[in-house]
Amino acid sequence: MKKLHLRTPLSTKDIKKLSVGDNVYLTGKLFTARDETHKKMLELKKKGKKVPFNPKEMALFHCGPIVKKEKNRWIIVSAGPTTSSRMEDFENEFLSQFGVKMIIGKGGMGGKTLKALKKTGAVYTHFTGGAGALAAKSIKEVENVYFLEELGIPEAAWILKVENFGPLIVTMDAKGNSFYEKKKKT
Amino acid sequence: MAKITEKDIEKKLIEAIKKAETELPKDVLRALKKAATKEKGLAKIQLETILKNIKIASKEGIPMCQDTGIMTFYIEAGTEFKYLSALKKIINNAVKKATKEIPLRPNTVNPFTGKNSGDNTGMHIPYIIWDMVKGSECTIYILPKGGGSENMSALWMLNPNEGFVKAKKLIVEHIINAGGKPCPPTIAGIGIGGGADICLSLAKKALLRKVGVRHKEKQIAKMEKELTELINKTGVGPMGMGGSTTVLDVHIEYAHRHPASFPVGLVLQCWADRRKTIKFTKNGSIKIL
Repeated sequence: MKKLHLRTPLSTKDIKKLSVGDNVYLTGKLFTARDETHKKMLELKKKGKKVPFNPKEMALFHCGPIVKKEKNRWIIVSAGPTTSSRMEDFENEFLSQFGVKMIIGKGGMGGKTLKALKKTGAVYTHFTGGAGALAAKSIKEVENVYFLEELGIPEAAWILKVENFGPLIVTMDAKGNSFYEKKKKT
Repeated sequence: MAKITEKDIEKKLIEAIKKAETELPKDVLRALKKAATKEKGLAKIQLETILKNIKIASKEGIPMCQDTGIMTFYIEAGTEFKYLSALKKIINNAVKKATKEIPLRPNTVNPFTGKNSGDNTGMHIPYIIWDMVKGSECTIYILPKGGGSENMSALWMLNPNEGFVKAKKLIVEHIINAGGKPCPPTIAGIGIGGGADICLSLAKKALLRKVGVRHKEKQIAKMEKELTELINKTGVGPMGMGGSTTVLDVHIEYAHRHPASFPVGLVLQCWADRRKTIKFTKNGSIKIL
């Protein structure tokens, strides 16, 4: 159980040193994506179109935030993680298409994602469910938002600048270990 | 008698919704604090994060969880309560305004088109459950509830021969399988009897009871205690990270059943057990409890 401070874009070296049980505080950029955003981005890729931002240099945050607009600027009011297992069906493809190095969510994910994490060199981290107010404190700026018109506030892709975002517990690492699989066995 | 207007009621409702979303009831907070002193390692980190989060939310008046839920209103209305016929409309308007003012996350989506109404109202939502009583007073219980815990609800139509023994086993297994998904430590609402809809309705209503308060019938109170201990032995723990606090409490409500059925409903509430009560007294005052 290590405590680490990491910065995006995350390198392969960063990911390699992470093991199940480690506690990470992340600084840099995140993008939010729930079910609809995952589908939307995969669809764009399939059609050969470009996704309007670079997911590779950010962490993927399973989250549908509360936002408000003040003086033409978006402010994140509350932004805890959503249940990650809803994304299990397409996360493996998402990881290989977009090269995301870190997922932030809650509740964990299944075997398909675990395999993909190992293959693509990425980790899944758990952020305390419901801790939306605390998360919002570490979000310093909304850099941009995509698919807002089409998908609505909770489902849109929010690009967020964060500082010391955490505690993020590594529960699935890039070496094929899963806290959830281990727990199931016991 | 002080004169209250529909606008006053709406204002109080918005205030109560804000309090519900930003401040956790004292009984829940107490239970979480107690659990944090007991747990170790990853479980302790989860509980400490939750407590830190609650502090920020109440200090800054922001929703403790981004999933501000879908709202259910339980109303005990005196048949002579002056605003009886206007109440539904007032509640709807209050929810719309609260969504903008607090703000809340717009959570009401048309199940077929996927379109979000944007204001937390829609077909049958906010959901209102009426109970008529004598007199001119009125009490409204507000229960906002998130999707993560609601998705872990369950219904079993058991053989009466198997009864509560089987129910206990199924409930414990269900909570193990749910793991961290309903955001434990949860409060488990259990409804027994009545019928499929009735037991689930009772299970949700059981969540209105404070953490630590037992059913007034001794035998039921004993079952609640037993189930709490049993579930806390599963090792699911806070956020599924292991430990001995999987539920903060178990509340059981029951109805008489059909001789051929033994319906069991389970509704879990996440640690963010948000609720608030508004009381309209007969001398015209409105109190948020």
